[in-house]
Amino acid sequence: MSDGIRHEWPLFEVFVRAKRGLNHVHVGSLRAADHGMALQHARDLYTRRNEGVSIWVVRSDDVVASDPDDKAAYFEPSADKVYRHPTYYAIPESVPHI
Amino acid sequence: MTGEEIFADTIARDQRVEPRDWMPDGYRQTLIRQIAQHAHSEIIGMQPEGEWITRAPSLRRKAILLAKVQDEAGHGLYLYSAAETLGADRGDLTQRLIEGRQKYSSIFNYPTLSFADVGVIGWLVDGAAICNQVPLCRSSFGPYARAMIRICKEESFHQRQGYELLMTMMGGTPEQRDMVQDAVDRWWWPSLMMFGPPDADSPNSARSMAWKIKRHSNDELRQRFVDMSVPQAEALGVTLPDPELRWNAEREHYDFGTPDWSELQRVITGDGPLNRQRIARRRQADSDGAWVREAAAAYAEKQRSAGNGSGR
Ligand SMILES: [Fe+2]
Ligand SMILES: [Fe+2]
Repeated sequence: MSDGIRHEWPLFEVFVRAKRGLNHVHVGSLRAADHGMALQHARDLYTRRNEGVSIWVVRSDDVVASDPDDKAAYFEPSADKVYRHPTYYAIPESVPHI
Repeated sequence: MTGEEIFADTIARDQRVEPRDWMPDGYRQTLIRQIAQHAHSEIIGMQPEGEWITRAPSLRRKAILLAKVQDEAGHGLYLYSAAETLGADRGDLTQRLIEGRQKYSSIFNYPTLSFADVGVIGWLVDGAAICNQVPLCRSSFGPYARAMIRICKEESFHQRQGYELLMTMMGGTPEQRDMVQDAVDRWWWPSLMMFGPPDADSPNSARSMAWKIKRHSNDELRQRFVDMSVPQAEALGVTLPDPELRWNAEREHYDFGTPDWSELQRVITGDGPLNRQRIARRRQADSDGAWVREAAAAYAEKQRSAGNGSGR
């Protein structure tokens, strides 16, 4: 924020897989000198109570995100394509298993 | 819609604001200040109880206290992480704390004189924190609300271990029971002050409530805390040190006396029993750790330039 800050360690985003069969989910961030330390700190910080079975850490400046200002351009085109949803199609009640 | 309209609409529909959304500068600054102050409180909050880790009366109590204090460190880090999504930098926030430019909760400026204080802190101080924090799980800023959800899950352990510790002591000798009562006498009023000044003297509250950063006023939360604590004190067999405390059947709440607001003011402005010691300790830890942080950064840099290892 203010200038002249020593960014001693870079920022990492942390993702935790809560259990087998689930995706890794973003849980927060932390600072660490390198990836190895980031993993170690992520274990200590985000999984003190069996919250996870696997951790990913990613340098925050490696994450490329869509711009909230582009939200309309990105996501609204899908709003008028109702035919992409199964409920768009009228099928008689008498037809089974469809 | 403009960014401003989207923001207003998001708040009105009770949805969450996320870091890269447009937000008013006042909203951003208010959040940074509140989250930083909250993070600092968790970090400084390790000190009063940390003093008892080496003196805990059994291995069981030592392990519990160690886990509890470690959780508080974790809470501080979750919150610094949330503050960083707003463009703050945690190194800078620590610097502001050490230089006295940002505050932390006044409660942590009181001394822990006996092991009963560890129990009373868990019961009352963590109990008050829970009252404050549960509504913050619905705060309008997404990363703050998510950090609060993690924290609230862990706070319940903090309060219960404290209460159980006190129950154990109350089942002990008369001296042990006196220690518990003495600790309650010293911590009750400072705990009530944790909710901040009365609503009439809390000028920024209304704006924070309009932005849905805060969900309840200081006085509402204080009342809720008193109502929760009275039956717990009865079950424990201690007396809360307030002669005006009594059930009001009409209001369906407990009436209670007025905290000494001049004391709160003194402690907030730096003149509490241990303000200087707490900050000095934090500064010491920061400077003692500096060479470790620098060495780790230098090592990572070396690994990186050699193009191997876990660095990039
Ligand atoms: Fe905490
Ligand atoms: Fe706690």
